[in-house]
Amino acid sequence: MDTSDELLLDIQHLHTAFRVHDHFYDAVDDISLTLHKNEILALVGESGSGKSTLATSIIGLHNPRNTKVTGDIMYNELNLVGLNEALFNRIRGNDIGMIFQDPLSALNPLMRIGEQIAESLVYHTKLNEKEREARVLQLLEQVGIPDPPLTAHQYPHELSGGMRQRVMIAIAIACKPPIIIADEPTTALDVTIQAQILDLLEDIQKEIGSGILLITHDLGVVAETADTVAVMYSGQIVEQGSVYQVFEHPLHPYTRSLLRSMPQADSDDEELHVIQGTVPSLVNMQRTGDRFAPRIPWMPASSHEEHPVLHEVEPGHLVRCTCYKTFYFPDEKEAAAAGAPQNANEGE
Amino acid sequence: MWKTILRRVILMIPQIIILSLFIFLLAKMMPGDPFTGLITPNTSPSQIAKLRQEAGLNNPWYVQYVSWVGRAFHGDFGMSYAMQRPVTEIIGERAVNTLYLAILSVIITYVIAIPFGVWAGRYEGTWIDTSIQFYNFISMSTPSFVVYLLAIAAFGFGLKWFPTSGSVSVSASGFFGIIASRIYHIILPSILIGILTNASTVQYLRSGIVDNKLEDYVKTARSKGVPERVVFNRHILRNSLLPIAAFFGNVITGLLGGAIFAETIFSYPGMGKLFIDSVNGRDYSVMTALVLLYGILTLLGNLLSDIIMSIVDPRIRID
Amino acid sequence: MSLIEIKDLNIHYPIRSGFFNRITDYVYAVDGINFDIEEGETYGLIGESGSGKSTTGKAIVGLEKVTSGQILYNGQDVTNRHERKKIKYNKDVQMIFQDSMSSLNPRKRIEDIIAEPIRNFESMTDTEERDRVKELLDIVGMPSDSIYKYPHEFSGGQRQRIGVARAVATHPKLIVADEPVSALDLSVQAQVLNFMKQIQKEFNISYLFISHDLGVVKHMCRNLAIMHRGRLVEVGTREDIYNNPQHIYTKRLLAAIPKVNPSGREADKAHRREVEREFQDHQDKWYDKDGKVFPLQQITATHSVALPPDEVTQIKSEVG
Repeated sequence: MDTSDELLLDIQHLHTAFRVHDHFYDAVDDISLTLHKNEILALVGESGSGKSTLATSIIGLHNPRNTKVTGDIMYNELNLVGLNEALFNRIRGNDIGMIFQDPLSALNPLMRIGEQIAESLVYHTKLNEKEREARVLQLLEQVGIPDPPLTAHQYPHELSGGMRQRVMIAIAIACKPPIIIADEPTTALDVTIQAQILDLLEDIQKEIGSGILLITHDLGVVAETADTVAVMYSGQIVEQGSVYQVFEHPLHPYTRSLLRSMPQADSDDEELHVIQGTVPSLVNMQRTGDRFAPRIPWMPASSHEEHPVLHEVEPGHLVRCTCYKTFYFPDEKEAAAAGAPQNANEGE
Repeated sequence: MWKTILRRVILMIPQIIILSLFIFLLAKMMPGDPFTGLITPNTSPSQIAKLRQEAGLNNPWYVQYVSWVGRAFHGDFGMSYAMQRPVTEIIGERAVNTLYLAILSVIITYVIAIPFGVWAGRYEGTWIDTSIQFYNFISMSTPSFVVYLLAIAAFGFGLKWFPTSGSVSVSASGFFGIIASRIYHIILPSILIGILTNASTVQYLRSGIVDNKLEDYVKTARSKGVPERVVFNRHILRNSLLPIAAFFGNVITGLLGGAIFAETIFSYPGMGKLFIDSVNGRDYSVMTALVLLYGILTLLGNLLSDIIMSIVDPRIRID
Repeated sequence: MSLIEIKDLNIHYPIRSGFFNRITDYVYAVDGINFDIEEGETYGLIGESGSGKSTTGKAIVGLEKVTSGQILYNGQDVTNRHERKKIKYNKDVQMIFQDSMSSLNPRKRIEDIIAEPIRNFESMTDTEERDRVKELLDIVGMPSDSIYKYPHEFSGGQRQRIGVARAVATHPKLIVADEPVSALDLSVQAQVLNFMKQIQKEFNISYLFISHDLGVVKHMCRNLAIMHRGRLVEVGTREDIYNNPQHIYTKRLLAAIPKVNPSGREADKAHRREVEREFQDHQDKWYDKDGKVFPLQQITATHSVALPPDEVTQIKSEVG
């Protein structure tokens, strides 16, 4: 990504709260993010981190009866927060395309593939039926479907998982939207198919120059595809930066813990790192202080900020709370105390 | 698909044989026989015995069964002892009456069930849904004959809006006159059957809509910028109507059963009333023929459901 | 003698069609595979969806009817149900499923879920049984008051641990773990994997670890087999498979794993595309004329690969 690229989305102080027993709880808690043209921004986090909620807020698909969205999501001078439905329907599909996790359930089982792709063309273009058909075939070709006329007449259950996700991508890019939101686009797929779909997403992006918001829990996928990364925990961004900054110099204890718990080790005797405790539920979430503090109880209270904010440690690289400065893993300290070389030092 | 339908029809043959055997034996086990009712102080036991002998009732049961099946195969279910007419002829007349009643009942069932199901599903959790659910609860738990009797008392004898018996008025004349009179006679029972038997259809449709509303493909449709009205009609409603269409065959057989009560209480000369009369009159030949017919209709209804399902749902193909 | 020996295992499903519903063809879900699991080891079975890996696992615990071939347990044939019953095989071999929500009965309390296998195979008094359940919960690191709760009251990771507790309740010798951590978040996955290793050491349990995730398998297994189209394409030690893959399918799987190293990603991608091109363009070299995987050929003491014999000779000469 080139920072001079056009700004597509400017999210400022976004809060998305869900109603649970007549109380509203923030699932997305004061998030500010930007997405530029040609950028792949990855939102990483475990279930319950609020990453999917953020995506749904952007595209305005929350049920207004039990959800409250506040803050600003600026798209071309237009604030998507509180936008009326009629106007939003002109944005959805046309300016923002969405790809879901499970392509089987995300496609209508009773509609032919061609019809499902053409649907968004009906509402956003002036193409007549003939032209729409031609465009559908062109899109299927673009996403690498071997026999577009055949597939256009098929139903979702007649396609393989990988083919279905290609169809989902064709739907998302039908109107060449400047913004694409991909919510766990490869989680339901086999690893070889995952690689193909990620390659396809990158190719498509190069062709139409969209900004992609990639939501995933898979750190490998992020490292392979993203330009920028935001790591989320308990509704907040805890670390943000370029993919190189975050993966090569991870600073926040959560980012470091996640990377450490990946099964990458070469020796089978080595235990995987386990993050203590569990991800708090929406209702039980701690709302003050460092939300990750209970998961790293060995760190003294003094290492945390009272109201943790994002600190810019180098241009573009942001970390929440000051505890990262003194953070260590308990076994590192033992190793250090035993006089062993401290090789897990961050920042190299 | 034709092959599968043919195969299914062929597979029905053993089912029908077992059914017929069961019916036959059940009828044999009932106390009394057609002549029991004819016994008066004036009939001598020897006369009765002679009649029994002539009717073949003294043969072993399997001989009787084989001859019954053999004749039934040619459409001959024997004579009705009570009416002294061929059973096939009687059932033929009555079946037409029941057909009219069933058609109008089905229409009324769906005219009520579809909007109710759609509203209940669409406005799930609101007072509309609650009211419809309440209505469903009442209609399912109320014994139908009570409603029929009350309706006859109120609208037939009380207000005199509707006739209280028969299928056509003797004074009706001319083609349209007769049609009008027929419809006039079935309108009250049809409405009542329609009101009382649509609960399952309403519930199917409602739960279909409630489930489909949460499906991912509905989210996909919204994410394409499809207006909410279209999302509902094209995606949610269309997909929820599918099981309803497939349920059609079962609704038909359900109605045939439901019509037994209605016809009896409204003294409507259909198959249902004929059935009850034949049971009361120990009219074996009529009764066994009717039970067999109901059985075959149920099997056909299930087959019809499967065929409809395979037509409307692309995921199910029978070939 | 190995704990489990799989000998020429075949599981075929008939495809019926035509007017009389005659069997016209078969799906070769598992098509003649052989492997052994040693006592106390974790054997990895890797494949993508539809490869037949789960069918193999189910056959070993007796949930799938074997078409032909043998499963030997301590040298005894346990392929059919009567033989399994005779030697209490079902007590010794347990299974952990991927989806802990659907594999635990939602209407039963944890106590009954964990006690079920104990009740099937052992006679215990109620207090003994309850103590045993509490002990098992303690082993998997769950509080003992969990016994009164229902599955939905737990998180995915906790439910998976309950699944493990149930599996170890009868002191099994082998646990077939079918994608045990695929549905879990990274940090929870680490917990479950560590814990599986811990009880393995404690009770000398063998695992058949079925997974599509090569990272997890690498961490867990010393010996593994790659399955594709119902057959094994490559079998070897962890080092054989990860450092010296021979079959294109193995290479393709390995190339497809996303690596946590953004600097190398362009090179990784180029490598992946190259492997993919080789896979697409030279199907005839790697698969026989029916598209089936070749029989396995041994290239070193530990390493076998499914290739035509002439290819193998060439590889052997290269390996030395």
